Amino acid sequence: MIFIVSAVLWVVIGIIVLFVLYVIITFNSLIMLKNRVENAWSQIDVQLKRRYDLIPNLVDTVKGYMKHEKGVLTDITKMRSQLVSGSMTQKAKASDMVTNALKSLFAVAENYPKLQASENFKMLQEELSGTESKIAFARQFYNDNVMGLNNKIQQFPSNVFARMLGFREREFFKAGEAEKKAVKVEF
Amino acid sequence: MATLYESISSNKRKSVFLVILFFMVISLLGYAFGLYLGSAYAGVAFAFVISIIMTLISYYSGDKMILSMSHATPADRKKYPHLVNTVEGLAIASGIPTPKIYVIDDSAINAFATGRDPKHASVTVTTGAIGRLKRDELEGVLAHELAHVRNYDIRMMMLVVILVGVVALLSDMFLRSVFYGRNRNGKGRGNAIILLIGLVLAILAPLIAQLIKLAVSRQREFLADADGALLSRNPKGLANALKKIKGDKEPLVEAANKATAHLFIENPLRSFGGRINYMFHTHPPIDERIKRLENF
Repeated sequence: MIFIVSAVLWVVIGIIVLFVLYVIITFNSLIMLKNRVENAWSQIDVQLKRRYDLIPNLVDTVKGYMKHEKGVLTDITKMRSQLVSGSMTQKAKASDMVTNALKSLFAVAENYPKLQASENFKMLQEELSGTESKIAFARQFYNDNVMGLNNKIQQFPSNVFARMLGFREREFFKAGEAEKKAVKVEF
Repeated sequence: MATLYESISSNKRKSVFLVILFFMVISLLGYAFGLYLGSAYAGVAFAFVISIIMTLISYYSGDKMILSMSHATPADRKKYPHLVNTVEGLAIASGIPTPKIYVIDDSAINAFATGRDPKHASVTVTTGAIGRLKRDELEGVLAHELAHVRNYDIRMMMLVVILVGVVALLSDMFLRSVFYGRNRNGKGRGNAIILLIGLVLAILAPLIAQLIKLAVSRQREFLADADGALLSRNPKGLANALKKIKGDKEPLVEAANKATAHLFIENPLRSFGGRINYMFHTHPPIDERIKRLENF
């Protein structure tokens, strides 16, 4: 009798230990995934900030050449301020808007050969399009990581504990509607 | 993502295996050489010391040796802003630190990556690739290279370059000393047998090394093509770059040699003769690679 009781006791202890181990491992891997998402997000932020810093230089360079396109420039300056403030969704939207505004600016710039020839402008254009693609890549990396975290939170059996431990799904950094449509260039 | 971690651990495992194999081949060579000179022990001991030194050197500075062998110079951000930006972007997308970027002054289109892990990695492209590839094509090539960096192919490939080079060098030395050296160990049949063993070893060793090299690199290229396409989200870029390389009249990279050939995105020595022997190609046929990329 005593033998059976102690055997059952050991089995119960074993199950509890396994259970605790499982929860610890799940918790740690969730933490890892969450940190990856946050790190990925900060990569996007770095690039948005970089673009934020580059735009005034661009506006300064372009101002002298493009007398008739003041509207485009003020638009860009206005949108720029939204790149570094607000929630993720707001930043994503602002980023898409700036992308489109820059596209139309560069398209308009084609009409100004002197501007095209300026070394400074060429450098800024390269830097801005480089930042542009880095934002896209950072977004891709961020979304990959968000998917990893969300999968873990939603899949059985980790979903049972994930919510209890306070983990929530993250939002994807979506490409805006504007980006999918063809860009309208106004002259 | 799971497959990435699988190929990382597979590469780490294979690197260790390669080093062990290297130790065994070198020890055998040392044994034969020692027997020939009169002391097998001394030969093995000597071989062991050489193995350790060479493994350490190739692990910690193999990339520098490869870069200087290929006459690569660091890429200047001012001079190649687009190249630097693209590598930085792709590094962000793959979640690794930005590798060091080098340039080879050569009109052929080619590129390679090397280093021991993503933290100590470098990507090298020819000036031909920078000048003659379109933006998305260069991006495709660089994505392929970053895929090699991310999945630790670079560690494996770097060890292969240096260690295989050492085996070739030592067996060459052995052959020379057997043929031209003085016979110190008297005469007789025993010596002839040892000589025979030594000869077989000396001939086999580089051949084995060669086969290892080929076995490891073909599948790798397909994998890196696929990973690169996933990274740049644009398989057409790399496909078009490969087409350009295929149509190139001068594919030869002057600074490449047999040891470094398999590092490049496409075999830089591909000038002589089409597909004489599929077995001895360092890269899969370029048409096959293009076809797979286009069917993505």
